[in-house]
Amino acid sequence: MGKTLAEKILSQKSGSDARSGDIVIARIDLVFAQDTTGPLTVRQFQACGFKRLANPEKTTLFLDHATPSPNRSVSNDHMLLHQFAQETGCLIYDVGDGICHQIVAESLAKPEDVIVGADSHTVTAGALGAFATGMGSSDVAIAFGLGKTWLRVPESIRIVVSGKLSKGVGAKDLILHLIGNIGADGATYKALEFSGDGLANMSMSDRFTIANMAVEAGAKVGLFPADSTTQNYLRSQGRGDHYQPLFADGDASYERTINIALAAIEPTVAKPHNVDNIAPARELKGTKIQQVFIGTCTNGRLEDIAIVASLLKGKRRHPETRLIVAPASPQVLLAAIRAGYIKTLVEAGAIILPPGCGACLGLHLGVLGDGESCLSTANRNFKGRMGNPEAFIYLGSPATAATTALTGEITDPREVM
Amino acid sequence: MLKGRALKLGDSISTDHIISGRLAHLRSNLPELAKHVLEDADPTFASRVKPGDFIVAGNNFGLGSSREHAPLVIKMAGVRAILAKSVARIFFRNAINLGLLVLICDTDNIDDGDELEIDLGQGVVKDITKASQLTFSKLPEVMLRILDEGGLIPYIQKYGDFRL
Repeated sequence: MGKTLAEKILSQKSGSDARSGDIVIARIDLVFAQDTTGPLTVRQFQACGFKRLANPEKTTLFLDHATPSPNRSVSNDHMLLHQFAQETGCLIYDVGDGICHQIVAESLAKPEDVIVGADSHTVTAGALGAFATGMGSSDVAIAFGLGKTWLRVPESIRIVVSGKLSKGVGAKDLILHLIGNIGADGATYKALEFSGDGLANMSMSDRFTIANMAVEAGAKVGLFPADSTTQNYLRSQGRGDHYQPLFADGDASYERTINIALAAIEPTVAKPHNVDNIAPARELKGTKIQQVFIGTCTNGRLEDIAIVASLLKGKRRHPETRLIVAPASPQVLLAAIRAGYIKTLVEAGAIILPPGCGACLGLHLGVLGDGESCLSTANRNFKGRMGNPEAFIYLGSPATAATTALTGEITDPREVM
Repeated sequence: MLKGRALKLGDSISTDHIISGRLAHLRSNLPELAKHVLEDADPTFASRVKPGDFIVAGNNFGLGSSREHAPLVIKMAGVRAILAKSVARIFFRNAINLGLLVLICDTDNIDDGDELEIDLGQGVVKDITKASQLTFSKLPEVMLRILDEGGLIPYIQKYGDFRL
């Protein structure tokens, strides 16, 4: 019997014949925490009596969730993480260096890695064929100290995509559509594994968006094969040597298979307050939006900003709709400057935030007022997520966000394209 | 045998409901953070909860972020166990790592305020108020062992490594 991607990677990293349902101990290729989970990780590491990291070169801290710091206590947390990095020799990415998942994608993750991060969107790196999953501070602290973790090998749900997305429809619409159909717990404890001829039409940026939101269906990991698209991306990042092909076996066993014809997907929005509460964007016409937020580990890449800039070029945001854009990394920001996108966005009335998580988690830089609604390209719309339990969050694609910024109400981007 | 009172919550209680991201500046001040436990799901929760109570929830409890502060503030509130129809993966693991018991069972017929009795050996929850009884799924062995030691940190302190 052949193996799924999850079984293949975990067999390799546990030195065993790993099958779904088995519990294995896997070696870790990259382990990280960020500024809201890192301080507890450091304290648990110390409580455990560890004096040194198992692999300082595979251990990373990211200051991205509150960047730059909005207040004294977060600043002190940042200092604590810097001190830990200095004492242990781990890597640290400072405020402004970008969102952890984007840096992992650009610079660190490779096919067949096992990656554990104290952040649920660690799953983003599954797009590169890495078994990447989020854990809490205690698990990550132990992974810091031991260089390994225990994992239950998940059953896999195979998502077979065919054809091509239509004009005005993005990877975000596809993943919102999928989560809406299987539910926010539709893949709990499972792996989502993507395959099919449609993958050839999906860029790495598309794949990152999709893998990023696997956790919103409850999945442990969202895995893509490592193919020529993966190889070209790693080469473009100067990491061609990190590529190795990785495909599931043809006779692997899946819990179930879901077929999706990409051409049938339309612009999709998740309504408050759950990610699986979806509706076609066209059905939400007339929903007034006070803030549009474009960015995050889901949709803060150059391709996303390019779509937004193309729709906003020569136009101006609706006077009653704030427009906030946060590039996911300095690499993205610099490329967007070089391409002229940032100029286009500022001329359209956008506020550009430093690379980081920005307004997504309600810490600062775009907290909503009572009764306000936001159309966000992020991955979560839980009550209170953007800093105010009396506010409403709609999730959509960069194209839907851009057209909504122009009209002041939720708008299907195909109306203006 | 654990005895306590049910505090009932609904479906899809996210980690943002349990402890909002806007409170991230309190994450290094746990006593202050814990005052906000479940604030966005039930603003009366923090004043109602008493040591020994059980949280009784519906589907997909603890979905969302990896913040271990979510089970941590629940534990700090004195909650002895969480009973839910289903629990999100990261929250489940985080709770067990902190020594906080999580049981998967059909909670539909348990009401707020019911007196419950959990028999871990027998794998049953008795609803004393309703004179009814239900069973819960057994935890994987590795989680039981972590729970037995009071959580992952004491487990690793004792064994120095994972033992499967």
